[in-house]
Amino acid sequence: MSQIQLKQLGKVYADGYEAVKAVSMDIADGEFMILVGPSGCGKSTLLRMVVGLEDITSGDLMIDGKRVNELAPRDRNLSMVFQNYALYPHLSVYENIAFPLRLNKGSISEDEVKRRVNDAADMLELKDHLDRKPANLSGGQRQRVAMGRAIVRDADAFLFDEPLSNLDAKLRGQMRTEIARMQRRLGQTTIYVTHDQTEAMTLGDRVTVLKKGVVQQIASPRELYEQPVNLFVAGFIGSPPMNFLPARVEGNLLKLPFCDVSFGEEFAPKVAGKELVIVGLRPEFIKDSAIQEPGGNAIHFEADVDVTEWLGNELYAYVPFEADPSVQSKLDELDRDLDGEGMRTQMVVNLEARSRVREGERAKFFFDPLLMHVFDPETGDNLTRNEEAALQIAADSEEDRKRALERARRMEAGATA
Amino acid sequence: MDATPKQKWSLFAVSIPVMLWTLIPLFWIFSLAVKPNSIQADGKYFPREFTWENFRLILTGGASDLFLPALWNSIIVCLAATIISVVLATFCAYAIARLDFPGKKMILLVALGVSFFPVISLVTPLFDTWRSVGLFDTIPGLIIPYLALTLPLAIWVLSAFFQQIPWEMEQAAQVDGATSWQAFRKVIVPLAAPGVFTTGIITFFTAWNDFVFAISLTSENARTVPAALAFFTGASQFEQPIGAISAAAVIVTIPVVILVLIFQKRIVAGLTSGAVKG
Repeated sequence: MSQIQLKQLGKVYADGYEAVKAVSMDIADGEFMILVGPSGCGKSTLLRMVVGLEDITSGDLMIDGKRVNELAPRDRNLSMVFQNYALYPHLSVYENIAFPLRLNKGSISEDEVKRRVNDAADMLELKDHLDRKPANLSGGQRQRVAMGRAIVRDADAFLFDEPLSNLDAKLRGQMRTEIARMQRRLGQTTIYVTHDQTEAMTLGDRVTVLKKGVVQQIASPRELYEQPVNLFVAGFIGSPPMNFLPARVEGNLLKLPFCDVSFGEEFAPKVAGKELVIVGLRPEFIKDSAIQEPGGNAIHFEADVDVTEWLGNELYAYVPFEADPSVQSKLDELDRDLDGEGMRTQMVVNLEARSRVREGERAKFFFDPLLMHVFDPETGDNLTRNEEAALQIAADSEEDRKRALERARRMEAGATA
Repeated sequence: MDATPKQKWSLFAVSIPVMLWTLIPLFWIFSLAVKPNSIQADGKYFPREFTWENFRLILTGGASDLFLPALWNSIIVCLAATIISVVLATFCAYAIARLDFPGKKMILLVALGVSFFPVISLVTPLFDTWRSVGLFDTIPGLIIPYLALTLPLAIWVLSAFFQQIPWEMEQAAQVDGATSWQAFRKVIVPLAAPGVFTTGIITFFTAWNDFVFAISLTSENARTVPAALAFFTGASQFEQPIGAISAAAVIVTIPVVILVLIFQKRIVAGLTSGAVKG
């Protein structure tokens, strides 16, 4: 139980490479914080700075109000689950989990060690495997042993470094819910590093999106999805990713590749003097006119569908378009930042599975212009971000988190009483 | 590694000539040791008569005051050299594998260079030095050159082992609350155990079989078995002490065989664990 504060934390490697640039965040007691970003964004480095495996070049790291920059890892009282689990191959599962308890000679009695290891094994369903060696376990079991080793000790916080990236997709889903359940039950402050945005969205109370060592946005998953601060966050969060369409500003019209959208007076000052903007539209906000009733202010358009992918529960339709060369370079850069392949410019539409839209045919779509984001092509800033709505979402999710934590602690108290 | 029965049998078939090739001289020595002296030179591989006379001679008889102290010296010198060498090499190899310090490559290269040095060229200067500092014919006087002889190899073998141990093991231990020493002792050393045993055995054999240092740096008090064998004499000047020497050779081979049998599994693990990752 503790809160962790990062104040202007920076990391410069010996070769001069600046991996983390002035990162600040407050992680509340019992909060589940996710660090997410494409590879090389400094998220793992940041986690290793918190746990003490990397030196901190600048800034302060505070745990419960105490500066811990210079403390050795063992004195920070944090527990960590490594990407490759880092189980001790020469020790049985029981001894692996008991390892942290045995380091302080004599401070914990053998009975206590046994009780705690058994509790952890119960919780992670490892009871039957306690005598086995890690080499004989499956990936998911190893993962659970690594978690057992982390929870067996009264650590102040859990740190996870991409713990699920070595598992196959099905197991990853199961372990994800398992981690969420465990964190809620223990009400433990947690920092979790991942490059997988599904994990980030589902697990986190709040998510920190990093790009090249710089924090882009720290917000609840819902705020990231609905009110992203810039192009990068908008493109990173969501699957399939948000469509970015170049749009020409003419009077009070935004001219998109397939249609024109008019905007109101209040929005005009934000695009004043700009000839080109980038419009962001999530694939799931575009609907098939043939099967859904449009709302009053919906914008309709027709487009040629190039490829469709039917997934059973939904249908992806791909609509290619020509991007304006002046925006193209910005979109290419964004694509590179997001680890993309620099593919053709196309719009993805996420339709209901019963849609009759087929490859090579012309189809009719509509979308609600209020769900559209407009980005400044130079700075990447979101011009349509609604600060009030964002604050409201933040307040709501903080409320949710506190309630969940409260509930977990009540249950824990009930269980031990 | 799973081999099909066919592969197993063909491997077995190939290994028979190899085993024969190595066992014939060994059995020959044994055969010479149990032949009575009168038929030593009869040219027969299998002894027609059988006697323990040669063993009696070196263990309780006339040659025992030459052989038994030498055996004792050998054991002490080799065990001490092995233990010191393995401990020093473990620390040194760990530092080479884990720490970044200037001159790291230098140490490895110098170690390799030292082991290329012809041993015989060291003997004369060492002899002079040892005499003037009072190390001649003492047990430390033998242990020190054996350390010089075995440390380079030990450092090379062990640093290869340490390099295979993932960094995360140690970092995990540190995060779990271990001090550097605890992480080293409880995680790194057990993981490197096959390497430590392999190194230990190689070191022991090198010292156990050494003749050059043993014969030139000792006279009475610290003479080891290989050197002592050279001083065996026959009953008369016309008789060769072949039987006694063979019996002594058989006896000194026994600890080697026992060591290998005990640590067989670990040596095999040590020699193959480098080949396959994971």
